[in-house]
Amino acid sequence: MESPEQIRERILAGFPGAEVTVAANPSPSDQRSLVVGAANGREIARFLRDDEVLKLDYCSNVTGVDWPEKEIIEAVRVELPDPSGGPPKIVEKKVKRVQPGCLEAVYHLYSMARGIGPVILRMRTANRGDRVTLPSLTPIWRSCEFQEREVFDLFGIVFEGHPDLRRILMWDELKDHPMRKDYVAPDDFEWEPTPHDAVLARAARHFQDPTPAEAPRSGAKEGAP
Amino acid sequence: MLGTGILKGLAVTAKNLAGSFHDPGRFVTTQYPEQRSVLPENYRNFPFLVAEDDKDPMGTLRCVACQICEKECPPQCIYIEKSRDKKPDAAGKMQLYPAVFDIDISVCMSCQICVEVCPFDAIKMDQEFEIATDNRFRPLLRDREQLARSNRYFQQVHPTEAAEVDARLAAARRAAEEKAAAKAPPPARQEVQTKPATERPDPPAGGIKTEA
Amino acid sequence: MIENLSSPLVSPAGARVRPVQDAFHGDLLEVSMGPHHPSTHGVFRMMVTLDGEAIVRLKPVFGYLHRNHEKLGENTTYLGSMPYTDRLDYLNSMTNNWAYALAVEKLIGQPVPERAEYVRVILAELTRLQNHTCLAGFLMQDCGCSGTPLMYAFRERERILDLFESLSGSRMMCNYQRFGGCRVDPGPEWLDAVRGLVEGYGAFLDEYEALLTGNEIVMARTQGVGRLKPDLAVSAGITGPMLRAAGVPYDIRKVDGYGIYPRFSFRVPLGDHGDTYDRYMIRVLEARESISILRQALKDIPAGPIIDPKSRLRGLRPKAGEAYGRIEGPKGEIGFYLISDGGPNPHRYRVRAPSFVNLTLLEDLCLGHTVADAVVILGSIDIVLGEVDR
Repeated sequence: MESPEQIRERILAGFPGAEVTVAANPSPSDQRSLVVGAANGREIARFLRDDEVLKLDYCSNVTGVDWPEKEIIEAVRVELPDPSGGPPKIVEKKVKRVQPGCLEAVYHLYSMARGIGPVILRMRTANRGDRVTLPSLTPIWRSCEFQEREVFDLFGIVFEGHPDLRRILMWDELKDHPMRKDYVAPDDFEWEPTPHDAVLARAARHFQDPTPAEAPRSGAKEGAP
Repeated sequence: MLGTGILKGLAVTAKNLAGSFHDPGRFVTTQYPEQRSVLPENYRNFPFLVAEDDKDPMGTLRCVACQICEKECPPQCIYIEKSRDKKPDAAGKMQLYPAVFDIDISVCMSCQICVEVCPFDAIKMDQEFEIATDNRFRPLLRDREQLARSNRYFQQVHPTEAAEVDARLAAARRAAEEKAAAKAPPPARQEVQTKPATERPDPPAGGIKTEA
Repeated sequence: MIENLSSPLVSPAGARVRPVQDAFHGDLLEVSMGPHHPSTHGVFRMMVTLDGEAIVRLKPVFGYLHRNHEKLGENTTYLGSMPYTDRLDYLNSMTNNWAYALAVEKLIGQPVPERAEYVRVILAELTRLQNHTCLAGFLMQDCGCSGTPLMYAFRERERILDLFESLSGSRMMCNYQRFGGCRVDPGPEWLDAVRGLVEGYGAFLDEYEALLTGNEIVMARTQGVGRLKPDLAVSAGITGPMLRAAGVPYDIRKVDGYGIYPRFSFRVPLGDHGDTYDRYMIRVLEARESISILRQALKDIPAGPIIDPKSRLRGLRPKAGEAYGRIEGPKGEIGFYLISDGGPNPHRYRVRAPSFVNLTLLEDLCLGHTVADAVVILGSIDIVLGEVDR
């Protein structure tokens, strides 16, 4: 099977100016993926499906990934000019920068006709807030239909071109996207006797005056923070 | 003829029906609770803590409150509080012990990971399954007293595993004793020189045996 | 609820259903089949729009068994997620465990000793046997057999579950595979017990087929019902016996050759028509092939360690990276996609569940058929809600 780099060359030959890079994979599995820009996503997917060498007719898995924004602290060498006229001093300064977060859709493609795979396709949204649209690949592979609905439901990526984009696992009225890293679960409480401090603190907020049968036990700390 | 398939099927059903009266392979109902199935030795339900001595379970728990099982438990159903003092364990070494050891068996999923990661063979899987209660909160929280069972009970329910554990622990204890004996000079030689003969107790019949 | 449908109905597959005119717009009935339903294989709901008896639209609704398995995976260590994988497809815990162990072994580059590979194959084929025979039983129950073939299948399944219990400690939630091998070494008595079961299973399958395969009622209910075309199946990502019944020769045991499957010679049965009867027949034929694989594995299993001596239980921190590992489970391709960020918990833990993807075509298969056929078609797709909803 062709390597991702070779596939990338052929994609760029067919779609000059498209944004295609190969993402590294330092783990021993060495499954490197093609990161494709959202603008050409659908055409490149169609090319991969219809290409005679690859014939990637089977989209096995569609995954959503949440990459929250990361604060990266780098050590940068800065030249400070010497006021007394001598050679400039080289000082290491710590520079903080914020790598913006994004949401990502990962497609694992196989070929049933040729028996090869996986070719991994990734598309990233512009940010995690308001620009979360990606082209839907359901018109290319029907198997993306339910899986893209699940990614929309749990991550919030809006797939444009999807025939029926609505929530699939969560109930329709939910406003949140549960698989995001910053999701806060609602505080619906049920009394548990396991006296972990966090559970007792939540119990204290819900039960003002526990009955003797359900009072915290002697082994636990009363009124824990 | 149309219908031969159905007739063949009816013959199979009749064979099973008639066979269930005399063939144990076809009559597979166990009339519980009068009849009980024999559970395999490996069967696991909820954990228990192993105590060396059944007359003093709280004093002879193998658990040293290392909290590894608490960290590895996937649904986080174990809660441990270490003691403030130390007690000698079966080999004589001073160890912490758990002041509180709770398992919430309404959360426990019997995955056995706590047993696998325990370095001290202190927690093992029990086989009791007739533990239904009518209150799903307090009775399903098992504390240290309810979880402790003796090593003799462990040998009854898991004979092969208990034999292997006992052999390993005995070998470790012997190795530790030999190491301690090799380090300290034998005190008996000095005592013989300083104390008068009349104050010494009679040596046991057959002579004094010393470790090789 | 009566719907007003004035435009011609076009199903997503492009097949045209007869148009509905405004004058008749009171004639369609929407029925909610499920979630409390004895034949929906779990808490599964189908919103079926009916024109008389014929189905004109079917929308599956699920999520009633969603247990945020993937979010739990992000907050649990790699070893701690293994018992949770038992509970995905809760009838086939050994294959779920293997798929997850395979994905983690790919991620960390962990080799597996030969004896463990043989034991994994034996357990996977035993799982496939009990899944396929029980599915035939469930399918017949959906046709109205009220449990007789199902109970025969369950009788044999109990013998397989007894084997799992004596090996791993639990009948269904086995938690048996580890990264680098298996947890417990099966002794010679256990292997002899498996040999005894395998020798008797062929006779049971003969009796089972005598009851069902030639049965005229079964043929009338299932032949021609829910026909699946091969190119639609490939595009919709269908895998497993449903795909092979449609005529597409794709079996991951042959394509990927994971584990030691290339050492065994077995055939992959293919269907001609893609209807429900073919899906039933493929499962029976695959069960017979599983018996053949079991015989070969039991003959050749070597002695040796059951888990790689260098593998560690605790403190697994894979290097940052990702891996996708998949196996041919009894229901289709079950795969795990793990993204590691170097910590003890994965950054992303994704389960590719075969039942979830196979449900894509439920509407296409049921259009034009009756309500009774919808139940039979759903039964032949072989879903387990544990993995549909995770």
